[in-house]
Amino acid sequence: MRKIFALIALLVIFAFMILAVVEMRGEDGGFGEPVNTDMDDYFLEDSQPHNQVNNVVTAILFDYRGLDTLGEATVLFSAVSGVLTVLRKYQIKKLEVKK
Amino acid sequence: MNWKMSRVVRTVTDVMVVPIIVFGIYLIIHGHLTPGGGFQGGAVVASSTALLIIAYGSFRDYKKDFSSVESIGLTLFIFLAILGILLGATLFYNFGAGTGGLFGGRVAEGINPGYINTGGTVPLMNIMVGLEVTAALSLILWMMAKSSDSMEVEA
Repeated sequence: MRKIFALIALLVIFAFMILAVVEMRGEDGGFGEPVNTDMDDYFLEDSQPHNQVNNVVTAILFDYRGLDTLGEATVLFSAVSGVLTVLRKYQIKKLEVKK
Repeated sequence: MNWKMSRVVRTVTDVMVVPIIVFGIYLIIHGHLTPGGGFQGGAVVASSTALLIIAYGSFRDYKKDFSSVESIGLTLFIFLAILGILLGATLFYNFGAGTGGLFGGRVAEGINPGYINTGGTVPLMNIMVGLEVTAALSLILWMMAKSSDSMEVEA
């Protein structure tokens, strides 16, 4: 019984996925064309006159999506904190040797 | 660590460490022109630390240095981000673009070969992130090497 329900749910989700793919077309109605390109076009056109940066990827990483980069740097910082916490046994031993 | 690797490995390390560091710094400061940036360049520079630890083994206590550089890099990055608010715009606003100051040059529209003195705050943030990533990965490597050594000796 559970397997039948799972199969029905899977088929419904699959049908919605197919529907979404069929609905998502370009402006001319053809497949394979980029859709929802407002943001991409803005970045590509704006990064040179506004940010004076040739590399659009870097402009997105450090200006438009700078908060995301800050999060990545914070993840690295917390990783270092975790390593130092796990390996603090070494520091404690060193202190005991000094005493 | 009290051991060293063979003379061959140490000589190759001596030859290769400086080009690796130079290439990493190139990746960091050309982040707004070429593929690469702070994270990638920092990882390249940190790989030279790994090479030195593997080849030479014995290291002085660099924990405080790496930790300080990491904290300074992250703090300056956040400071640059908040400076956008203080100068009357939003967080991470590129206040230095096209002003003529440091990294304040103008780029030509369209396809152009690129000029390093452009980009505003983007190259500065690249350098800060590069400092942070270099120090963080070096600190992780150094700490693991040192702690595994102490377990071996004192256990």
